[in-house]
Amino acid sequence: MTEFLLIAGMFVATFSVRYVLFAVAGRVRFPPWLTTSLSFVPPAVLTAIIVPAVLLPRGELWLGFDNPWLLSGLFAVLVSFWRRDLLTTIVLGMLCFMLLRFGLGL
Amino acid sequence: MNSGAVMKQDSRTVKRREMLAGAKATLPLIIGAIPFGIIFGTLAGPSGLSVWGALAMSVVVYAGSSQFIALGLMAAGAAIPVIIATTFVVNLRHILYAANLVPKVAHLPHRWRVMMAFGLTDETFAAVSNRFMLQQNTDYAHWFYLGSWVAMYGNWILCTGLGIALGKTFPDMTDWGLDFAMSVTFIGMVVPYLKNKPMWGAVIVSGAIAMATIGMPHKLGLIVAALCGIATGLSLHLLLKHEPAKAVVDD
Repeated sequence: MTEFLLIAGMFVATFSVRYVLFAVAGRVRFPPWLTTSLSFVPPAVLTAIIVPAVLLPRGELWLGFDNPWLLSGLFAVLVSFWRRDLLTTIVLGMLCFMLLRFGLGL
Repeated sequence: MNSGAVMKQDSRTVKRREMLAGAKATLPLIIGAIPFGIIFGTLAGPSGLSVWGALAMSVVVYAGSSQFIALGLMAAGAAIPVIIATTFVVNLRHILYAANLVPKVAHLPHRWRVMMAFGLTDETFAAVSNRFMLQQNTDYAHWFYLGSWVAMYGNWILCTGLGIALGKTFPDMTDWGLDFAMSVTFIGMVVPYLKNKPMWGAVIVSGAIAMATIGMPHKLGLIVAALCGIATGLSLHLLLKHEPAKAVVDD
């Protein structure tokens, strides 16, 4: 039951956002401040997810050079600035993570 | 009459060609999405989602990042309303995509626009916006959209199933730290945005507030942090907007 509610709710939250403009088909125009605000949504949300995920990978604050999540995360940031290519970032970031976790046993 | 039949035949060929072209244009993005579908399926069980729940989520919700985030929030014990609210905030970016496409498709029948709304992912938007914005003769471009959606959607469901099977076969896969795949993907998505001060401000404030609100119940800190980041970005944008204009006047 909870799963049904979760999936139904997520469907509504996803489809309504995707559908609303297609439904009114160009009869609504956004004020510029709203368009600007929306452009900050993806980086703001994603960062709010990333930072705790790499600083508290096991549920507790883990600031140190033995935290593979943090180290690989920083490495991925550097790779991404260097190449700005999503697939390269993912592949090299995961390689770094696997190396630290299984190669060095961190 | 005869020429009418020929035209019908022609339009069918064009539709098929558009669909194939749409699928083909989405192919590189589909390859990029394969690992996420698989990892989503693998992580679903350990995060507390049943096999059918995981599959249903890919079929019904069809939103990669939201599905990943939902798993992370479930594993952390977040309440369902918080997961749904987060899904809503994460998906707000799709309004921008729709705003770009709507002027080109406003004349199409309603059922076409429903399909387009349901299939509006980052990947399909990337493939389709090229077709609609940069190429001529968009009379049948909605078939291109359909082709992109069918290929992307089919692949997403297939990879979810594959991941679920893998997770069942190798239960200790969860200890490998595959959740890092989500972080690294998001890092690769955020960095290209960092081109101006308002973006930097939004990201720094959002990350800092996310850490400061880590103790909030139901993972509500995520939404608080995102809203603070967006507010910071907008404020900096409005504050800095007049700077170049002023410089021009000073000259």
